[in-house]
Amino acid sequence: MATEYALEEVEKKETYSYWRMVFKRFRKHKLAMTGLVILVAIIITVIVGPLIWRVDPIAQLEGPYELLSPSRDHPFGTDDFARDVLARWFAGGKISLMIGFAAAVSATIIGAVVGLVAGYFGGVVDAILMRIVDILLCIPTFPLLIALASVLGKGVWQIILVIVVFGWMGDARLVRSVVLSLKEEQFTEAAKAIGVSPSRIMFIHFLPNVMAPIIVSTTLGIGSSIVYEASISFLGFGVQAPLASWGNMLQNAQQYIWNAPRLVWYPGLAIFITVLSFNFIGDGLRDAMDPKLYR
Amino acid sequence: MKKLVEVQNLTKYFPVLGGVFSRPIGWVKAVDDVSFHIYEGETFALVGESGSGKTTCGKTVIRLIEPTKGKIIFEGKEITKLSQSEMRPLRRSMQIIFQDPYGSLNPRLPVGEIIREPLLVHNIGTKKEQEDRVVDVMKLVGLSPEYLHRYPHEFSGGQRQRIGIARAIVLNPKFIVADEPVSALDASIQAQVLNLLLDLQKKLALTYLLVAHNLAVVRHVSDRIAVTYLGKVIEVAETTELFSVPLHPYTQALLSAIPVPDPDVKRERILLQGDIPSPINPPSGCRFRTRCRFAKDICKEKEPPLIDVDGEHYVACHFVKKGKKTEYTVS
Amino acid sequence: MGNNELLLDLRNLQTYFFTDDGVVKAVDGMSFQIRKGEVLGLVGESGCGKSVASLSIIRLVDKPGKVVGGEIIFKGEDLLKKSEEEMRKIRGAEIGMIFQEPMTSLNPVYTIGNQIMEAILVHQDIGEEEAQKRSIELLKLVGIPEPERRFNQYPHELSGGMRQRAMIAMAMSSNPDLLISDEATTALDVTIQAQILELMKDLQKRTGMAVLFITHDLSLVAEMADIVAVAYTGKIVEYSDVRSVFKNPKHPYTFGLLRSVPSLVNEQRKVDLPAIEGMVPSPYHMPNGCHFHPRCPFATDVCRREMPELEEKLPSHYARCFHPVEVSKEVV
Repeated sequence: MATEYALEEVEKKETYSYWRMVFKRFRKHKLAMTGLVILVAIIITVIVGPLIWRVDPIAQLEGPYELLSPSRDHPFGTDDFARDVLARWFAGGKISLMIGFAAAVSATIIGAVVGLVAGYFGGVVDAILMRIVDILLCIPTFPLLIALASVLGKGVWQIILVIVVFGWMGDARLVRSVVLSLKEEQFTEAAKAIGVSPSRIMFIHFLPNVMAPIIVSTTLGIGSSIVYEASISFLGFGVQAPLASWGNMLQNAQQYIWNAPRLVWYPGLAIFITVLSFNFIGDGLRDAMDPKLYR
Repeated sequence: MKKLVEVQNLTKYFPVLGGVFSRPIGWVKAVDDVSFHIYEGETFALVGESGSGKTTCGKTVIRLIEPTKGKIIFEGKEITKLSQSEMRPLRRSMQIIFQDPYGSLNPRLPVGEIIREPLLVHNIGTKKEQEDRVVDVMKLVGLSPEYLHRYPHEFSGGQRQRIGIARAIVLNPKFIVADEPVSALDASIQAQVLNLLLDLQKKLALTYLLVAHNLAVVRHVSDRIAVTYLGKVIEVAETTELFSVPLHPYTQALLSAIPVPDPDVKRERILLQGDIPSPINPPSGCRFRTRCRFAKDICKEKEPPLIDVDGEHYVACHFVKKGKKTEYTVS
Repeated sequence: MGNNELLLDLRNLQTYFFTDDGVVKAVDGMSFQIRKGEVLGLVGESGCGKSVASLSIIRLVDKPGKVVGGEIIFKGEDLLKKSEEEMRKIRGAEIGMIFQEPMTSLNPVYTIGNQIMEAILVHQDIGEEEAQKRSIELLKLVGIPEPERRFNQYPHELSGGMRQRAMIAMAMSSNPDLLISDEATTALDVTIQAQILELMKDLQKRTGMAVLFITHDLSLVAEMADIVAVAYTGKIVEYSDVRSVFKNPKHPYTFGLLRSVPSLVNEQRKVDLPAIEGMVPSPYHMPNGCHFHPRCPFATDVCRREMPELEEKLPSHYARCFHPVEVSKEVV
């Protein structure tokens, strides 16, 4: 009776690919959707803002304009160098977000490749790569960072480099553990029985299956990279004045925390809300991509 | 009859890792010195309970698991020592159907891609020809080609098993290892899949190595049966012969333990004592002796060889002699 | 079965699951009765609601599931009206339970003995020493060799069959009136399954408890049960004493299932089995009318329109079908 289609009377529902189902579920996640909306708003503000508010964030105003309170000319007021805080907030946001994206994405790519290779090949390759991870994880970051800053100099690219160098190990471990369990799956055995080559197994069979955790980890990674940038800049080893980032704006503001607390609030709240949004989105993605739902 | 597969002294030990340096501290003797052959066009079954090594044995025959010792001969050619890349062309003629219809399909690939992959990997035909072949095979296994672009999670267990079967036959193999192909399916679906397997065997002249624990299923589809216990084959016979004249005490107990869907049948059951011992430390001599009603001293001292007692009926028991003479007595 | 007293009377039980994708009527109007000392076999495939029904009886249905209707009369009282506190006293004392996977039902960090003792101490007013003595007796009762040694072992040190015996010991600890066995032998090997079935039969005979024996395997029901209830998509479709169900199945589903199972005696091997076509419908898209009609060879217009009632087709043999099977199984 094999010629009769077993599915015939099944409901003719729409076909959903995995990613469309993830999107459907994600949309139902209220917190994550809130995060997404806020984040998109922040990104648009940071990009479109400077096009409307055409004030040079670096230029110091001539005259006694330091630490002005918010006014029509300077909606966020000015800082201790008589620079327009709103313009700096836009510019700083762009840099902070850019560092967050660039650092987290690069760290994830490196981590994913290391994890795939270590997990798939196992043995000596795995042992060497994982010991490197262990070693890097034991190094206290900040002292090394200070040393690195003196060698590489201070700036945006150096910060990204530092965050990447110290940020890929978690992803490597994550991907490796997923690959180790995928290796035990029967579909891997099935692929081997067909005669599929190792590279095809790694990239056609494994990679799509590690995408879900990778995306969650990148999303959360962007948030933590932004915090990391802020901490480094706060210590004075990050983005250097006169260039603005939310982090070094905070650093500048610390001496005026009592007489001009708004200088702390603007970048501080921005970092807080942005990172929180990323975390909400990450949680939402994690729930939406829960592999248990699609087996 | 031509032998398609011949297995000689096949052995597979898995290391039990332990200690600080993850060194082997013991061995799981999953398959231990097993020999059998499979004729072209037949269904040969390996039956046994958990720990019998039947699945390991089936996978080792097609080199999905590397044997520790022994020889595997496929179509007259020894394949035991071939490298995995030398094995690749042979994979066209030997395939496997897995037990778990959920785990054996990559959840991120649409069904059409899953079935097409073997053609892609072996570079067979143009893209158009491959797609046509996929449609043909889907029809052959009873799946509507409409569902080509759907993902595994949209299918029920029985349909997924059909997808797995389609993937196994798309290359037109000669030999298929069917590892518990229906044990994960509901009763009403099992019969459908068994019918499909029988139908395909007729249409495509397939040879099956069926690995299963359900003796009713095995009896229905197999020509010859090998009963396994703790890594050993203890009895091999033609199906009706095995069910009418089981000679090994384990086979007798196993057959008597099968529940029958008939409330009027009240059978005398041979209840085995105790559990199946661990394959890490199997009993000395005859491995079944710890649960055997007839065990004597000799069973502890000497391992019984698998002997042909009556033309193609092999038994490994000290008390079964040529001509199906049984001499066991309860001690 | 000298005693004809009703022990459990399940009346029109409805347990629904409220999921994101819609309401799943896992149990949709299930009714059956178990008399004292009787074994009722509840049989069906995955998704028929048999396990949800058993969890409903002991009131352990988890969210998003909820019992939305019906009555569960146990010893004359409706369990659905009991407080959680009262239910705790019933579970494990008056109703014992054994499940499919003994490994997950046993806590890996406590010894077997500890867990049996706990079950005893919760429900019985006796001292620790007495409880320990009783635990060892129970282990002996369920055929565990060297009970004193096993008492101090952890679940992982026992084989699957031994663990299931330990679970049975725990379920038997308070001499329950009803034992619910949910696929208790499914994960076991055939020879071990045979041992456990013999043990359950023996205990049932000795204690006179009633058993709700839930399984997907018709052959086990044939062996164990006095009364059989066949479930399909949350409803009972056939209900009678075991002999009548197996010799004279009235519902096409039961009839089809019995015919599709490969036989151990049939002369004809390697031929097409008379399989039931199609598959169990998705719980989100139940067909109209009789839920079995898309797979039924005898379906007519009325089947597509209306859900049949469970009616008496032979003396005390009930089936939910407009066109009950007329021929006996042997003829076909």
